[in-house]
Amino acid sequence: MIWNHGKAILEAILLASPEPLSVKRIAEVIGLDEKDARILVEDLKKEYTQPGRGLLVQEMAGGYVLTTRPEYGEYVEKLLAPKGKGLSHAALETLAIIAYRQPITKAEIEGVRGVKVDRSVETLTERGLIREVGRRDGPGRPIIYGTTKDFLAYFGLKDLSDLPPLSVDTSDAQLILRGREVSAAEQSNGDGGEHQAS
Amino acid sequence: MTKQEMALPRTESYTVRLEHFEGPLDLLLHLIRREEMNIYDIPIAQITEQYLIIIRDLSALDIDRASEFLVMAATLLGIKSRMLLPKPPKLEAEELAEEEFEDPREELVRQLVAYSQYKEAAQQLREREELMAKVYTRTLFLEQPEGPAPLEGLNLADLVKAFEEVLKEEWSWREVPREEIPLREKIREINFRISRSPHGVRFRDLFSRGGSRLEIVVTFLALLELIRQRRAVAMQEGIFGDIVIRRVLVTDIVKGETGDDDET
Repeated sequence: MIWNHGKAILEAILLASPEPLSVKRIAEVIGLDEKDARILVEDLKKEYTQPGRGLLVQEMAGGYVLTTRPEYGEYVEKLLAPKGKGLSHAALETLAIIAYRQPITKAEIEGVRGVKVDRSVETLTERGLIREVGRRDGPGRPIIYGTTKDFLAYFGLKDLSDLPPLSVDTSDAQLILRGREVSAAEQSNGDGGEHQAS
Repeated sequence: MTKQEMALPRTESYTVRLEHFEGPLDLLLHLIRREEMNIYDIPIAQITEQYLIIIRDLSALDIDRASEFLVMAATLLGIKSRMLLPKPPKLEAEELAEEEFEDPREELVRQLVAYSQYKEAAQQLREREELMAKVYTRTLFLEQPEGPAPLEGLNLADLVKAFEEVLKEEWSWREVPREEIPLREKIREINFRISRSPHGVRFRDLFSRGGSRLEIVVTFLALLELIRQRRAVAMQEGIFGDIVIRRVLVTDIVKGETGDDDET
């Protein structure tokens, strides 16, 4: 009984909340400990997966959110203005690099993409998906960029660890080289490239 | 799948449309895939030749993009010629020799592998984006008043008063018929200016000399919009101090990044 009461409260605050509700916040508001709050919200989440519902409880951007189900998107769209255009290819590539390699400078992004990224960085900043998170020490003290909470919400991610895994960890130059050694069958294995040479 | 990933018959390399590629790395990856090359052992002469054929016509691109393709062409030719050089006999400084005569393709391979990773990641993000485009939340229905106090040390009336002062100044009040100054562009412009000035821009300096009345008004509207969206903050130090507009700082919003960690 009390449990169901708690779930009803949870449902109410999820709807009313303007931002993702963290387990901690849920616990505070309902007056539970965090462990129970998590069980409660997972319970409600499961309930919403039952057929015949128009809503879902989703975990994103550091908390739980009540969302409409994607399969009814077209109807909601009729009601509200459709969401804006998706990101361009260039912007999405730039964003992917920032997401996995943050904090990162523009020059570093350009090093990966092999093209200028001023435009994409500007677009992404305007859309609130990335922002300046500081400056790198060193010549010119270049601005470093990172993703925002809106980024997580935009892609429906719980947190950064929820990003799809990369098939190779590209920050590890050794790994790439090892891959090459395998293919170049028993070549003298000089360790590391120019950048690793310290 | 993107256009460039579609298989093209190898005899028709001229049909490869340069403008469909995100850049030289994208094009190289396409070639590697098309020719089924081993990315870790790229036949550099062959790929250079293919690459040069495709970029023969750069006319579809603007200068910036064209030059990116040309820089890669130069890199490829450089690698090709270095690979033709005979390896010098092991000389005095051995470590130096080892480093300098590393496989000349090394750096390019690293770049290509890294790039292909992020390209793939971008594709996955695209799928999520498409899914999320069909999902609506209350969070998105509401304006999100997150971030720092938009006005520091002044109120809206002060800002309006400052604007009136600006209007009183001498402006060339020539009215240009049907002049159009998109608000969006102004917002972008102001945002650009404040993002480049860590200490902010003086309110007065936002208004360019010789602007029309319309431009001044649009500038002010753009500023209000930026403040409303919490992308800019107006500050005033002291009662008669200059009003300064600055971007929203990292320290203002950093807590948003880490989710609920900051609550602990």
